[in-house]
Amino acid sequence: MSADGQQRTIRCLVAKVGLDGHDRGAHVIARAFRDAGFEVIYSGLHKAPEEIVQAAVQEDVDVLGISILSGAHNTLVPKVVDGLKEYDAFEDSLLLVGGVIPDDDKAALKEKGVAEVFGPGTELEETIEFVRENVPER
Amino acid sequence: MSGEQQTLIEGLLAGEYRALARAITVIENREGGYRELVAALHGYTGNADVIGITGSPGSGKSTLVDKLALTYRERDEQVGIIAVDPSSPYTGGAVLGDRIRMASNVGDMDVFVRSMSARGSLGGLSTATADAVKAFDAFGMDRIIIETVGAGQNEIDIVRAADTVAVLVPPGSGDTVQTLKAGILEIADVFVVNKADLDGADRTVMELREMVGLGDEAIIDGGAKHGHATGTESTENDPEEADWTPPIVETVATRGDGVDELIEEFAAHGSYLDESGRRAERERTRSAEELRQLLRSDLNGMVEDEIEQQGGIDALVESMIDGDRDPYTLSDEILTPIEECLAEQREG
Repeated sequence: MSADGQQRTIRCLVAKVGLDGHDRGAHVIARAFRDAGFEVIYSGLHKAPEEIVQAAVQEDVDVLGISILSGAHNTLVPKVVDGLKEYDAFEDSLLLVGGVIPDDDKAALKEKGVAEVFGPGTELEETIEFVRENVPER
Repeated sequence: MSGEQQTLIEGLLAGEYRALARAITVIENREGGYRELVAALHGYTGNADVIGITGSPGSGKSTLVDKLALTYRERDEQVGIIAVDPSSPYTGGAVLGDRIRMASNVGDMDVFVRSMSARGSLGGLSTATADAVKAFDAFGMDRIIIETVGAGQNEIDIVRAADTVAVLVPPGSGDTVQTLKAGILEIADVFVVNKADLDGADRTVMELREMVGLGDEAIIDGGAKHGHATGTESTENDPEEADWTPPIVETVATRGDGVDELIEEFAAHGSYLDESGRRAERERTRSAEELRQLLRSDLNGMVEDEIEQQGGIDALVESMIDGDRDPYTLSDEILTPIEECLAEQREG
């Protein structure tokens, strides 16, 4: 019995990392992903990079979306990337960052392995579409 | 079996977290080859103790699971947790939020939390839950804790997946106790009155105590909160006679109060299962149910294929609405060839 015809459910981890306590955006994204038919695991607030890595590995998510509004993205995101690599989980996860990220930092983050950065005012549809098109083949 | 799968199985048996995570994904998605995977893991199972936690939404299941895991970890046991949340009936999507409450074991991979969506299943678990338990078991987990969807009355699949089932009853749910009576309360091996620091906890405990028939006797012998196999006198001659009376444990999961006591009751229930022979009995029932479920789902797949052959479900519905066909005749038409086929086989 083949499962070829079956559509794979996309699993996402929506994560808040670091000290910032603004989770409205993360909630909106979680809800939008749910309505798009994705399974969304929400990390909760104030998570350390190691916690995010642990969750991403155990949950075996296709997509890891990190929301950061504190400005600490240059410190926190590379830690998550390194952690994922440690568990051999980086290659087949789509890493997204959302929040207030200066243009100059975007390129650097992408170089580190972030697939896309979504700033304020991004249409939900755009993010969902991006996930659908870029979710890693497994 | 493909080489990729062989690697996955070897990794899982060798204790690689990533392989375990990936194996559960394969199982959950019913990806090609998942059957061979579960079949291969089957031989390595049977060592873990499986505990089910169920109860109404917001009764504190996740928080309690977190504290249980913490306590088991302190005893150096490996803990696997499966937390099931509902899926949307419209989009199939889900928000899985149990993990947020499970922060006590951060940075410790040997508490392995896996969130699962019910994926349309109505019994409080997903169809893949039992197979995911196998993956945890084969991996070498000492304890596996399954947390169900927030349950109402009839989400009782957990009884077929766990050795010991704890039902959480929040205080002040006197009326709920009444309405739940016929369904979920029947499956409890242990009752947990969580949030026991809230008003109404004593009353809830009392109502439960009455319900399980401890009532006055329990108050006289002072063993109200202690689980015990009643009818111990007859056990020597006939173990089947021994019966388990669900103990009632009060907990405040946020503070970890009562968790040690709860774990003792789980252990007591475990010994009861062994001594009374009920564990073997449960395992038989579970295997039977597992096989039945697999057969049903496979058969269902065959029928779905057949429906496609006949032009799809929409066309059939069309013929019911416009062509005044009735569902019984249609069903007969689809199934008769299968029946005939089987009959032929049997004769030949």
